[in-house]
Amino acid sequence: MNNFIGGVHPPESKFTSQILTEEIPLPKKAVVPLSQHTGSPSKPIVSVGDEVKTGQLIAEATGFISANLHSPVSGKVSGISSRLHPCGYNFDSIIIESDDKDETVEFIPHNPEKLFPNEIVEIIKNAGIVGLGGAAFPTHVKLSPPKEKKIDSVILNGCECEPYLTCDHRVMIEETEKVVGGLKLIMKVLDVKNGFIAIEDNKEDAIEKMEDGRWKMEDVQVKVVKLKTKYPQGAEKQLIKAVLKREVPSGKLPMDVGCVVQNVQTAKAIYEAVYEGKPLYERVITVAGSVKRPGNLKVRIGTSLSEIVDYCGGFEGDVKKVIAGGPMMGITQFTLDVPVVKGFSGLVILTEKESKFYEPSNCIRCGKCIDVCPMGLVPTVISRMVEKERYKELKNYNPLDCMECGCCAYECPAKIHLVQNIKLAKTLIQQKKI
Amino acid sequence: MKFTISPAPHIKSQQTVKKIMLSVFLALIPSGIWGVYKFGVHSGYVILISVLSCVFFEFISQKYIFRTKIKITDGSAALTGLLLAYCLPPDIALWQVCIGSFFAIFIAKECFGGIGFNIFNPALIGRAVLLSSFPTVMTKWQIDGITSATPLGILKEKLVQQLPSYMDLFVGNIPGSIGEVSKILLLLGAIFLFYRRIISWNVPLTFVFTVAVLSVLFKQDPVFQVLSGGVVLGAFFMATDYVTGPLFSKGKIIFGFGCGVLTVLIRNLGAYPEGVCYSILIMNILVPLIDRYTKPRVFGSIKSIKNAK
Repeated sequence: MNNFIGGVHPPESKFTSQILTEEIPLPKKAVVPLSQHTGSPSKPIVSVGDEVKTGQLIAEATGFISANLHSPVSGKVSGISSRLHPCGYNFDSIIIESDDKDETVEFIPHNPEKLFPNEIVEIIKNAGIVGLGGAAFPTHVKLSPPKEKKIDSVILNGCECEPYLTCDHRVMIEETEKVVGGLKLIMKVLDVKNGFIAIEDNKEDAIEKMEDGRWKMEDVQVKVVKLKTKYPQGAEKQLIKAVLKREVPSGKLPMDVGCVVQNVQTAKAIYEAVYEGKPLYERVITVAGSVKRPGNLKVRIGTSLSEIVDYCGGFEGDVKKVIAGGPMMGITQFTLDVPVVKGFSGLVILTEKESKFYEPSNCIRCGKCIDVCPMGLVPTVISRMVEKERYKELKNYNPLDCMECGCCAYECPAKIHLVQNIKLAKTLIQQKKI
Repeated sequence: MKFTISPAPHIKSQQTVKKIMLSVFLALIPSGIWGVYKFGVHSGYVILISVLSCVFFEFISQKYIFRTKIKITDGSAALTGLLLAYCLPPDIALWQVCIGSFFAIFIAKECFGGIGFNIFNPALIGRAVLLSSFPTVMTKWQIDGITSATPLGILKEKLVQQLPSYMDLFVGNIPGSIGEVSKILLLLGAIFLFYRRIISWNVPLTFVFTVAVLSVLFKQDPVFQVLSGGVVLGAFFMATDYVTGPLFSKGKIIFGFGCGVLTVLIRNLGAYPEGVCYSILIMNILVPLIDRYTKPRVFGSIKSIKNAK
């Protein structure tokens, strides 16, 4: 089995992997932040008091790396003001009071047979599709590589290596046709003959479903790649290494090694945008951990976390952390008054026992952090230099190559805040403070 | 409702420093029991006093001298005490043991900054100090109450006594330090540590392999050389010490190789019959240098891409 160097294997805790996706009731109020993607914020084209329909364009992209936003509900725009975003900062957001009717704009299905690749990219751009794996990078940008970069492979990322999260798993099983259809569209856009669907070996049912003969096409080759279950298998560079044995150079992008990686939910959204004309205003998330009824939910963008927690029957036990995303890289929330955004993959709720705080002690040089670092860095040395403020020596240890997967801090027996210190080093370097 | 805010990751592995120390301690216990059975109750007292005095010296130095946080509960001092006792002769006086543990804990460990900062393996420093201070006591061996020479001593001094069989060496029917004689029990402990992923193969296997190969060059029996003396205890339990060993896997191979070479050189060309203790201590000095030249390759570094093409 192909592999990358390093990585850890935390308890998988994927308790919700066999629970069918449910659609939750419409939110009473949707808060749609204008910054839900990498790049410049969108510009609102509605004003307070306007009536909007579900799927109506409410904010448009500004510049190339940006994305359109569509109303997740039908109702009235009640305000455009600064609201808390799951990343912890305030961003301008469009607030829509739902009229509970969910009247949609007319979706115009397209026939991809008759479309040119650039027209498909245009549809994807108009539908406001961004990477749904978490980074929320605008998809149309990834699908428009510069001419000199020859793309020969597309990898669909169905690894879902974060513990607890199962939404991609469910999408692969329940919406297989759309996922594969989306992949074929991506391959058509990029004129690529090699498609891969990468899935970890703890999702045998998804692998079986994907390998089903029904999805095969004559002129393109779609291969399901079974990968070892380990974290961070779904990290883009590690995934390319495991699937194609290619190494993305430091500071470069996957397209530099002729490859494009997309999340399975992104592929599904592309399929829906093209075949159904439906823009991106909802997604599947996992709610796991200490709630009464954990599960996989199809939610509208802008739904507040408190409504989701209520739908799941409320908290259970002594809740310590509410995490947007998985427990390895997710962001803790201090309030439930936060909306779901496009890159929101799950809500994990941990108790004191599951997310214990350990007092850090001296490094015993066991080298575990070095063994598990998928980027081949030396976390313990970088961390010590940051603690001692010996910033000048940092450049010999490539802290900017760190992707913040957190394997080092997970594995450290002395419980040193390794990845946290490296993040600090990265921030200081990026702000040119050191 | 109040939620805790913290940077990721929000889950941590179950492994702690304390658990690592405890595992190594457990892995060493069978060999110590064999030592007490073979060499008498006094060796049991040596082990006990060594462990207790190490913990005591660590407590005293942390509480009254360096005034830092008391860290005796992490188990590292107790482990140092156990390792020190294991490389002492069974008849050593208890006050001498205390001197050894003072040097091990106070001088070699706490004066350098405590756990994680010591340059030399504390237990081996303790042994080295005792060996140079009390050479006669430290080289007097017995088995079943009868004074005898160690297998390596027999070889070195060219005594007429017959060398023990491989079986006796393996099981531990030989005179020697308290914890080093039973290779089978030490290896069982080492397998346990491999299984728990506490030690890696790099250092111990290169160490043992180097000793075996180089012994052939010196016209010695490689199996005998590996099974006698402290090679097994040293390679699997002392050279694998995290703090005083190299950080990177390539460096660990160099370290193990260096230990093996020095052991064979001391055994064959030096004044002492045994060289494991000094070889590890000498390699400890070289660790910063080894670390400097064996940094792992960064994923996607420009150099590596050139190599790929």
